[in-house]
Amino acid sequence: MSDDHGSIFDGLIGGDSAQWAFGTDFEDPLAGVDTTVPGGVDHAELAAYCLMLGDDALIMSQRLTEWCSRAPDLEEDIALANVALDLLGQARLLLARAAAADPGVPPALPEGSPVPPEDALAFFRDAGGFRNVRLAEVPNGDFAHVVVRLLLFATARLAVLERLRASTDSVLAAVAAKSVKELTYHRDWAGRWFLTLAQGTEESRRRLLAALEGLWPFQAELFAGHPVELSLARAGVGVDPATARDEVDAVLDQVLAVSGVARPDVAPLPGGGRHGTHTEDFGPLLAEMQVVARAHPSGRW
Amino acid sequence: MSARERASGALVSARERASGALVNARERASEVAAQVRDPEMPMLTLADLGVLRAVDVERKPDGGEIVVASITPTYTGCPAMATMRDDLVHRLNDAGFPRVEVRVVLDPPWSSDWISERGRSALHEAGLSAPGPARRAAGPVVLTLGPVRRALACPRCGSAATRLISEFGATACKALYTCTDCLEPFEHVKEI
Repeated sequence: MSDDHGSIFDGLIGGDSAQWAFGTDFEDPLAGVDTTVPGGVDHAELAAYCLMLGDDALIMSQRLTEWCSRAPDLEEDIALANVALDLLGQARLLLARAAAADPGVPPALPEGSPVPPEDALAFFRDAGGFRNVRLAEVPNGDFAHVVVRLLLFATARLAVLERLRASTDSVLAAVAAKSVKELTYHRDWAGRWFLTLAQGTEESRRRLLAALEGLWPFQAELFAGHPVELSLARAGVGVDPATARDEVDAVLDQVLAVSGVARPDVAPLPGGGRHGTHTEDFGPLLAEMQVVARAHPSGRW
Repeated sequence: MSARERASGALVSARERASGALVNARERASEVAAQVRDPEMPMLTLADLGVLRAVDVERKPDGGEIVVASITPTYTGCPAMATMRDDLVHRLNDAGFPRVEVRVVLDPPWSSDWISERGRSALHEAGLSAPGPARRAAGPVVLTLGPVRRALACPRCGSAATRLISEFGATACKALYTCTDCLEPFEHVKEI
């Protein structure tokens, strides 16, 4: 960074990016993409909807990233990092789309700050501004926990984004078409590990069932349908998540049946994430994710 | 022929010359762009990988020419996009195109089916296994709980006796395999 003290690194900032062996970052992930909002669609609603889908991916990615160097073996460590990277890519496009739809959405930064709009959204919003479901933010547990969480998350997201491929917003439709391919691998990974843990040892099954019972109550929120989701679904831009419920149930029932595991009989937990009401564990997650960017709001990376 | 006719004839041919020059410039720019290599799999050019979607030359209002190259990410989180952009810009600059713009294309999404035959041979020669046909994109996606079955051959010894180690490898686009005959590990470019 070069924001508040001159340093020997100043000479490396700006200028020709050819000096970097691996390039510098793409300034705009939607460079050259037509981001015109379809006629009749409310810009603020579209931005809010993109934040919901983008924040789900961003926060889930952050939790998966916390697994780096902690998975049972190197292959699964790399698998979780790959899934996290895919979701981060989806989040980046969706947050950029939110900012393009409604430039008033990203928080204001000091004059001249080089932080791009999607980074401003990720690193400079407070907890109440995030629209992700709570399933994405609950703290990590053991390996069974991440398997169950990813199974529930990827199954629901895949079913919703399959439908979003028909969005009249061409950017959302394109991001959905791309993401569906990635989520297919995520869901398969989680489904296979679910089966493996269920049929593994007594201990692996005990842990799997405990994770399933603990996370199942968060599932209801995924299908609750925020007014913005319902309004944009009517406009042909978004998807009412309730319409994906049958498909999600069918997939999960298939995994449960093959694994010999009964559907948990537990009461759903209240949602609120879509309205910005999060669990108490969300603050520490954001603090860790945002601390460096917030310490240097004019930093260049 | 009147002076007016001669003047308009001269104008037309000037236009034709200009458009012919644009076509030539586009062909030259396309050739240069097609030679740029993927930063993570340098045995492949961006054209062989199928991420280079279009190269065009546009006339700017100030009369100058600008090369517009369009690329598409293999995966949404692909960290190589910036390097691809920078490499395209520099190679085109070096080839005499001072103004270059690189655009992102998201639709249709990249598919491993777009890797060219030449690209597949290059992967094989470099010890990587090329992808089979991608799954179809329309409708609900089928869950796969059983073992992954791909008809693969070890790129080193050619044996079909291979075992999947992980569907996720060192980059987003590769799975990890091992050959149970020669016992060497190898990477497989995933179908997507």
